[in-house]
Amino acid sequence: MDISKDKLLEMYRTMQKIRHFESKARDLAMAAELPGFVHVSIGEEASATGVCAALRKTDRITSNHRGHGHLIAKGGRLDRMMAEIFGKRTGYCKGKGGSMHIVDYSLGILGANGIVGAGLPIATGSALGAVIAGKDDVTVAFFGDGASNEGTFHESLNLAAVWKLPVVFVCENNGFGEFTPMATVTSVKDIAVRAKAYDIPGHIVDGNDVLEVFRYTSEAVARARAGEGPTLLECKTYRWEGHVVGEQAFLGGGSYREQSEVEEWKLKCPLIRFEKWCAESGKISSAELTKIVAETEKELADAVEFARSSELPSPSEVTDDVYNIT
Amino acid sequence: MPQISFIQAINQAIAEEMERDPLTFLMGEDVVLGAFGATKGLIDKFGAKRVRNTPISEAGFVGAAVGAAMAGTRPICEVEFASFFYCAFDQICNQAAKLRYMSGGQATMPITFRAVFGAMGGAAAQHSETVYAQFLSVPGLKLVVPSGASDMKGLLKSAIRDNNPVIVFEHGALGWSREDVPAGEHLVPLGKAAVKRPGNNVTVVAIGAMVAKAMSVADKLEKEKISVEVIDPRTLIPLDEDAILASVEKTNRIVIADEGHLRGGAAADLAAIVADKGFDFLDAPIRRVTSLDVPIPFSPPLEKAAIADEARIEAAIRDVVGR
Repeated sequence: MDISKDKLLEMYRTMQKIRHFESKARDLAMAAELPGFVHVSIGEEASATGVCAALRKTDRITSNHRGHGHLIAKGGRLDRMMAEIFGKRTGYCKGKGGSMHIVDYSLGILGANGIVGAGLPIATGSALGAVIAGKDDVTVAFFGDGASNEGTFHESLNLAAVWKLPVVFVCENNGFGEFTPMATVTSVKDIAVRAKAYDIPGHIVDGNDVLEVFRYTSEAVARARAGEGPTLLECKTYRWEGHVVGEQAFLGGGSYREQSEVEEWKLKCPLIRFEKWCAESGKISSAELTKIVAETEKELADAVEFARSSELPSPSEVTDDVYNIT
Repeated sequence: MPQISFIQAINQAIAEEMERDPLTFLMGEDVVLGAFGATKGLIDKFGAKRVRNTPISEAGFVGAAVGAAMAGTRPICEVEFASFFYCAFDQICNQAAKLRYMSGGQATMPITFRAVFGAMGGAAAQHSETVYAQFLSVPGLKLVVPSGASDMKGLLKSAIRDNNPVIVFEHGALGWSREDVPAGEHLVPLGKAAVKRPGNNVTVVAIGAMVAKAMSVADKLEKEKISVEVIDPRTLIPLDEDAILASVEKTNRIVIADEGHLRGGAAADLAAIVADKGFDFLDAPIRRVTSLDVPIPFSPPLEKAAIADEARIEAAIRDVVGR
């Protein structure tokens, strides 16, 4: 598959935006500037980016608690996302959702979700909605290895397979469900093999290779759009940071992985890998990449400034939007 | 006006609303065959794309209804028995109910959930429970409990058109009850109670199948010059508090009859509202007539012992009127 230079530049920019946003979110949470729980996806940028690069604007995604990257990759604005995690009125959800619940309907982002496995049936239903409405939009469900042990994973794959729905299930296997190593609680080594149980294609993908993720997703999306049904992709990746920012404070000195393992995965950084590929293939110059980094830094700084200077919601807004009154 | 059954009313409401809007569709357990008759024949009118049998997989397909609503369609989602909602609690309570609020008003969730509830003779606790109280504490949902065929049709049509998640609880014992029901357009708004029978001495607020029981007790007591006003709230969320309070202001006495349980039930909720807002109207304590706080048993004499009935409604009325 030949990937256009514009697409390559877009993918790099997306990965940089995710890395910058997540690093900043981590720092802000550690500095107690953000309320609530913050889960960041540093090290997992390639899967969110490669998947969403294969989608069009009217396609939809559902995401999970570690969702910032997915939302950025689907086009979410850094300023309104940052304002939301600050709990500000200018945030995507007017401060009602927070880090785990960012939504932008206009971009097909049906939402991050705080319940593990909740996004899969919603994505399946979104795909059903497209069929009912006679549209060829595809929906992607992002979820983790932990969610693949939820009943909703199995029920969704079965339903989507039976109805041949235009949905792509993207499992980001980062090796841990919260603080529990995946291998100790999962009956299979590779989540992708679970596709067999539902008679749909399942592929293991190098989740740190944005180009490979893009290729596999493009194929799965084309298949879904053609009415041939769902695909399960398992992107093998790794979470550099903990499950939740600040976890050291409540893990009480306990640990669930070796630092050497983290360091090994850092050597497989998806951004460095892409930069190397650019140099080796000669497709993109280092100057072009450097320019993107500088632009991203500026965009992020503006986003933080926007969030900090935005107003908090007024207590009188607490009862707004419980019901649709139209 | 034609007389039709509760089940036929459901069928008419769904057929009319699906006729009206091509994005309205039906999904659920055995809806193609129409296991209890409510959805019988809809497959012939609307085809397999819009009338879909789901696997017995409540979390999956209830969640899919949420996603389909978010994609701009209007699902009518049936689980056969209301106790099966427990298998889809996350999808209803965490997702359907909350996502509008959590998204700052971006999500619209026009879903109608339907299920049969209540004691209908030997179905035992997992097929006989009155489960709406479990949803009363979930802001974002609307709860509808029709007491007869006419309201069934009018309320279900309103529920389907509503842009919020609405659960319509259909009492199993009412299935073959018949009433005059307008053919064609017949809408009953959500949030408007019905005064089923005017009276002066005591208000009985009765929910679902308890309405007919309260009416029969009222008939009996009329002969003793005890005048009973029967109010059917029809929807628990939204609740027509004004109608209930206005009635209590007139009668100064209230009995709340519900097939649900006593603790934490719909009757407890209504009693608290009357105590909060209508205390000055009251000349007697608020009485609740509910089923016992036991799982609904299988064997007929045990089931009968557990379920609120006419005798208990009558006793409660006599207690508050002192006769």
